[in-house]
Amino acid sequence: MMKSSVIVFPGSNCDRDVAVALKKLQFKNSMIWHKETELPKSDLIVLPGGFSYGDYLRSGAIAAKSNILSEVISAGKKGSLILGICNGFQILIECGLLKGALLRNSGLKFISKDIQVKILSNKSKFFNKYKLDEILKLNIAHNEGNYFTSKEHLDELEDNELIPIKYCDENGNINLKSNPNGSINNIAGIFNNKKNILGMMPHPERMSDKILSNESGLGLFLSLMN
Amino acid sequence: MTVNKDQIEAHGLTTDEYKKIKEYLGRDSNLLELGIFSAMWNEHCSYKSSKVHLKKLPTKNNIVIQGPGENAGVIDIGDEDAIVFKIESHNHPSFIEPYQGAATGVGGILRDVFTMGARPIALMNSIHFGSPKNHKTKNLLSGVVSGIGGYGNSVGIPTVGGETKFNDTYNENILVNAMAIGLADKNKIFYSKAKGLNKAVVYVGSKTGRDGIHGATMASAEFDENSEEKKPTVQVGDPFTEKLLLEACLELMKDNSIISIQDMGAAGLTSSSIEMASKGKLGIELDLNKVPCRENNMTPYEMMLSESQERMLLILDDNKEEEAKKIFDKWDLDFVVIGKTTDTNRLILNFNTKKVADIPIPALADKAPLYERKYILKKSKKEKIDINNFKKIKIDDALLKILSSPNHSNKNWITDQYDQSVMCDTIQKSGGDSAVVRIHNKNKAIAISVDSSASYCKANPKTGGKQIVAENWRNLISVGAKPMAITNCLNFGSPEKPEVMGEFVDCINGIKEACEFLNFPVVSGNVSFYNETKSKSIDPTPVIGGIGIINDLNKVTNIKTKKSGNLIIVIGKTIGHLGQSAFLYENFSMKDGPPPEINLLNEKNNGLAVLDLIKKGIAVSVHDISSGGMLVSLAEMSISSGLGLKINKPKKLKNFYEYFFGEDQGRYVIEVSKNSLVNAELFLKKNNIFYETIAEVQNDTFEIEKLFSIKTKDLQICNNQWYNNYNAIN
Repeated sequence: MMKSSVIVFPGSNCDRDVAVALKKLQFKNSMIWHKETELPKSDLIVLPGGFSYGDYLRSGAIAAKSNILSEVISAGKKGSLILGICNGFQILIECGLLKGALLRNSGLKFISKDIQVKILSNKSKFFNKYKLDEILKLNIAHNEGNYFTSKEHLDELEDNELIPIKYCDENGNINLKSNPNGSINNIAGIFNNKKNILGMMPHPERMSDKILSNESGLGLFLSLMN
Repeated sequence: MTVNKDQIEAHGLTTDEYKKIKEYLGRDSNLLELGIFSAMWNEHCSYKSSKVHLKKLPTKNNIVIQGPGENAGVIDIGDEDAIVFKIESHNHPSFIEPYQGAATGVGGILRDVFTMGARPIALMNSIHFGSPKNHKTKNLLSGVVSGIGGYGNSVGIPTVGGETKFNDTYNENILVNAMAIGLADKNKIFYSKAKGLNKAVVYVGSKTGRDGIHGATMASAEFDENSEEKKPTVQVGDPFTEKLLLEACLELMKDNSIISIQDMGAAGLTSSSIEMASKGKLGIELDLNKVPCRENNMTPYEMMLSESQERMLLILDDNKEEEAKKIFDKWDLDFVVIGKTTDTNRLILNFNTKKVADIPIPALADKAPLYERKYILKKSKKEKIDINNFKKIKIDDALLKILSSPNHSNKNWITDQYDQSVMCDTIQKSGGDSAVVRIHNKNKAIAISVDSSASYCKANPKTGGKQIVAENWRNLISVGAKPMAITNCLNFGSPEKPEVMGEFVDCINGIKEACEFLNFPVVSGNVSFYNETKSKSIDPTPVIGGIGIINDLNKVTNIKTKKSGNLIIVIGKTIGHLGQSAFLYENFSMKDGPPPEINLLNEKNNGLAVLDLIKKGIAVSVHDISSGGMLVSLAEMSISSGLGLKINKPKKLKNFYEYFFGEDQGRYVIEVSKNSLVNAELFLKKNNIFYETIAEVQNDTFEIEKLFSIKTKDLQICNNQWYNNYNAIN
């Protein structure tokens, strides 16, 4: 049985949602309060969406300095699987586990809607259950999801299949029109070099229940169990 | 130090009211006491003009656990679950400072719900702006929408729907009504009534600052050219603290340490402490030196009248302080015992070891002034609409005009700024007749709809009052829900004007009649008077927020047509009432005639029949017919699915405009498969329901035979443009 830990910061608000999806797939999940100094042994660490510390200073900036994060960082460096969703992605960037920056959406407004992403690489622990070029319908809800990075890093990401998902339209076209937030090269999520740490803006946990939507997001959790 | 005449006037109190204050105190009042009286006796807190009339509304039936008078209403939805809900206005602050006004409106209503022990599960809103051409409108729209989103998104409660309307009547007074819905264990509801002597009165949450002082008094007066200066009376919200407070309170509520709890909303520490003591027929004594303050040198006056947000007052049982404090420490929130309950029946405030105020509590609550304001009931308009005027306009042009109007356009520009999906229980987002939110972990859901019809209420307040209740009921039915109960927010002009008071009284009469007939009780609500500027009142705008229950998640319907070849049936009789219709307003700028009459018997029978057809699986898509009439409803169903419709031209038709755009009430459009048509007809005939089979679903063209034909895609484009165009121009 896979063990997972969902880190709860003050202001996290998708912690329960992701826990529900994990439990649905029989993960043995624990909720870990940010003031803790020890992380239980886990196969997967999740930094959930929300507004940790009210997004004050910069989204994810204060959470990146919280007690538990030093544990998360050292686990990540040792190769543990870490998934950062939305605010979790922002925290991964702020704590240096992932490179680049998440700027304010190009439209300068909070965006919450269903979007499409295309699977550009399924060679990872996180996406192996999906087909290459598969189009998933997922939901986004963020103010700062406009990913930006240097030319060198961008090349590195593109060349090494470190961009598993990009925003696209219903037909899979990756272009300006299908880019909801101004993210460079339509990037919706990135890996670190070792591909054990994934940050993504879309919420897979919101697409894990047929009665609400589709089950496009479940594949990600199923992949992790593979 | 006693107060002078100018101070009394500046506190919005009349000479007569001050006389009463003196009588209750047995002496002159000091400034702090005057501030407290002003905060408790203003319209916003005391309901002094509305109380007599609100009493007429039906507030009880077998599912009501708590009616009006608490922080929110509570209904029983079975399986030990209770739904706690309320709608409240934040009109005045939102006009002065749209972002913070709207944000704190959301914050306040969320606290009303979680104060009672419920976890909020959804937010709704009803927002009304002036004409889009008015130079203030764009900024107000954008500020209010981002304020609503900014607060709800951050706390993590989905904003699942609502209504947005534009009308010149709101040019100088916008309306921002926010509704929150929470889920509680029906055996663990928390109330504000204090019990027991010498119990600790505990302050939790944010520190007290100088914001929002006299907010409630500001909201109890009309605006003039200096209303901009009232900006400091608007509170500033912090959704992050709200989220912490929510979690801390719900954690504390798991055991039995709380005797009573009350959020510090309008009139802050003053109204919360008085409310608790007055309901428990107790006294309360506070040491103001203990109040956590955000700024230095705050005076008792400022502490008592501040409307700083995200604060709560608790009364704890003996020996529970330590455990409770641990929880608030965990969430990094202040937790301070600031006083105790007493048997004196008086509010006693101490500061720097001196007694600074001493007021008998009944004087602030039960004995607050009550007015039976004079009112004049309006004679209903009887004028006939001359249908010969319309011959110049083509029916498809009229339809496109309505679909592309600000009031009927697709509102994605707004709803895309709201997180509608967080909490992973939203089954139906905005854009349908009602939002549908699942009860977590269960095979059941609630439906929520918010409705108003100011133009109907203006033309005939009583019919209008009935209509909004009926429309709300219809919207709940349309998603497959059994309507349960409502909350209302009554937005009106000055109650001191007999005409306005007449509108108020008659709207209530209408609401009462419809609620009684439909067994649809009012369990909570709010009155917002003085929505007027320089003596010009808004049109009467009561807003109804209704809750329905769905006991099987597989029986939820929506407005999307499902399959080419299916048939469309209109339930209810079409007479062709065009008075006060969207057709007249959008095409000819006319606001003429009376609103459509409501036949409550038909309303009930038609609604229950539609609900049965949904439960039997016969009706596969449903939409009510309201603003814009039958053709607009049909077009909306096509726009939603992308499929087309072939509409029959009825035989023996006198006037197309009346038939297709008339706003006769009690009607629904339903979609049935060809195979189930016989069963549908049998059922409808058996129940004596009037119906017409009028169209067939087809692939991509929306047409009325021999009249017009248009691609559904073009209908979508026409319906999608307005908001983006309006907000793109700087």
